Amino acid sequence: MSEATQALYLAVELVISMDAGLVEIVLLSLQVSLLAVAVACAIGLPLGALLGIARFRGRRLLISINNALMGLPPVVVGLAVYLMLSRSGPFGVFGLLYTPTAMIIAQTLLVLPIVAALSRQTIEDLNAEYDEYLRSLDMRLAGRLKTLLWDGRASLATAAIAGLGRAIAEVGAVIIVGGNIDHVTRVMTTAIALETSKGDLALALALGLVLVTIALALNAAVEILRAGAERKLHAGA
Amino acid sequence: MLAPETTALASFRSVSYASAGDRLLSDIELTIARQGITTIMGPNGAGKSTLLRLLAGLLRPTSGTLTWHRPAGTGQIETAFVFQRPVILRRTVSANIRHAISPLKLPDAQASRRVDAALSDCSLEHLRDAPGRRLSGGEQQRLAMARALARQPDVLLLDEPTASLDPAATNAIEQIALACADKATKVVLVTHDAGQARRLSNDVIFLNAGRAVEHSPAAAFFNQPLSQPARDYLAGRITITDT
Amino acid sequence: MKLLVALICILPLVATGAAAQDRFIILQSTTSTANSGLLDYLAPKFKDKTGIDLRVVAVGTGQALKNARNGDGDVLLVHAKQREEKFVADGFGTKRHDVMYNDFVIVGPDDDPADIAGVYDITVALKKISAAKSPFVSRGDESGTHITERGLWKLAGIDAAADSGTWYRETGSGMGATLNIATGMRAYTLTDRATWIAFANKPDFRIMVEGDKRLFNQYGIILVNQQRHPHVKAAEGQAFIDWLISPEGQLAISAYKRDGQQLFFPNAN
Repeated sequence: MSEATQALYLAVELVISMDAGLVEIVLLSLQVSLLAVAVACAIGLPLGALLGIARFRGRRLLISINNALMGLPPVVVGLAVYLMLSRSGPFGVFGLLYTPTAMIIAQTLLVLPIVAALSRQTIEDLNAEYDEYLRSLDMRLAGRLKTLLWDGRASLATAAIAGLGRAIAEVGAVIIVGGNIDHVTRVMTTAIALETSKGDLALALALGLVLVTIALALNAAVEILRAGAERKLHAGA
Repeated sequence: MLAPETTALASFRSVSYASAGDRLLSDIELTIARQGITTIMGPNGAGKSTLLRLLAGLLRPTSGTLTWHRPAGTGQIETAFVFQRPVILRRTVSANIRHAISPLKLPDAQASRRVDAALSDCSLEHLRDAPGRRLSGGEQQRLAMARALARQPDVLLLDEPTASLDPAATNAIEQIALACADKATKVVLVTHDAGQARRLSNDVIFLNAGRAVEHSPAAAFFNQPLSQPARDYLAGRITITDT
Repeated sequence: MKLLVALICILPLVATGAAAQDRFIILQSTTSTANSGLLDYLAPKFKDKTGIDLRVVAVGTGQALKNARNGDGDVLLVHAKQREEKFVADGFGTKRHDVMYNDFVIVGPDDDPADIAGVYDITVALKKISAAKSPFVSRGDESGTHITERGLWKLAGIDAAADSGTWYRETGSGMGATLNIATGMRAYTLTDRATWIAFANKPDFRIMVEGDKRLFNQYGIILVNQQRHPHVKAAEGQAFIDWLISPEGQLAISAYKRDGQQLFFPNAN
């Protein structure tokens, strides 16, 4: 049996048997990445929106930096967070290294530039459309931000999904700051890396298939939620 | 001319407006009356929308002064603007109206009453929960009117609100504007539609090439326009003026 | 929006969930001990005995030493004796104990282009590889295995690093990744026997050189110095060391087998 077909069998078997080890790492993966995306959105959406509508010196430069940060290698982020959270680092006293919290911090930093850049673009376009109307309402900055963020929600959800895709698929950052400790900080991607290094390519590939399936399911869930919201909005018509 | 101290709402004194070196309005001297519907007419590029945006505060005069005359004891004069192509927010009809009055920071119950009244005034009750962007052009413009009315403005500024609407939808907007004027809200209307101007106006300001060439009571304007550009315009002739 | 709020509410749970279980130590260790499954085998036995959770961070020896120097671990289990002694001498660790050993082997493709199969003397084998310019994959990552391998080249009188990029290829990766690369490019490589036995992806590959006493691979264990890093869980860490070098721990090491083969040989004194 080839590695690929063997992997497919294994993946199906793992999922059907609800393998306890698999369930554990899947849940931790979801928990870490979803929380990272939530925190990144809480910071990145208003920040991106502000960057989209405010006009100030150095704005172009900030946008360029933001765009460049989108391509930051996860390993670099992992290393930076490691140096911050290490016992010898400035935040060492909190003892966060090798905990899920450290992984959430690292992934938040990875996702933040994506959410900020995509929401910046969305909000800037929407603001161009709404600007004169909002000015005619005498809307202040906070109200304007709120209006644009809410009306841009469909595109912003896509930005969040893009961020989630990056978070749940990356291994470089979480393996450094999480340490891939069994039952504590082992997630899908670090488990895949581990099985690969053990030479168990079929199991690694099977875990990869499970990861892809979960990513697909998450996307579908968001799509269904969005469609549901639209339907609700249209029900009265 | 009417005496400004008692009946004037706003006056322009040598107002000019330029944008990127283009002089769009020059030496405007006008007094807008407190009551009724004032219509601004003129060929394309005459500066009609610019004048309306100055009234709305969306633009500021490059030179000269625009003064609002407030009767003693009243607050600032509030305007509401209805655009030719309304910006409909991506939410329901009622949420659109509620959003328009959100900067007024009204108590919740009062805000709800205003939304209901605006829906009723613009015959939109049955569309209350419909998404605004799914409405027809005429319904969208009624929604824009409803949003403006909910703000209970002193002045309602309408920028060619019926330019792309069919006759029935146009009639609906006109009825709302007339009802508004009846309730002592000042209406300033920019229109290309001479018939509409005849139906609605108390007085007409005629702009040509950035200048106010005529300001007369409606009947007088349509029967015997004083200026050559106005005569040409009403007769359907194209005039080209060097500016 | 509601989803977001709900998620943020879970955040403290994750954080405290990790902190509540306070009876744990972090062991900075090498991929060979972790990937071979030894530590997964020992951890539950140690937990039964003491109630202390063993959390293993498996990296190369060089990285493990660096992490421990930074205080990011309570106990260090690695295999580079000189560096371990320096670690203790520099005041980062309290005392070094021998724990166990296994040995390194040279593995390579069945067709054996350098004709080294069965050669006993490791320096002869390395000379043949270099003379034949047969591909050799090196860890190149300052790991214990890499340090040993460099020492062996030196003993053979060959400056292999000078040919880096030609027949001598440095991966800068862990043992597992390096083995995947070696089998992929049909190259020789030096690996510890435990990782090799536990490694699954080795088609048409076998051990070529073994048994030379210079291929001896000693593992040592060190408690990170609490005086240097006050947060170190010295009592729990010492409990693990004491257990591992006790007859019970030593027996557990020798009892761990893969494919019927013993992977590590206890030798605490």
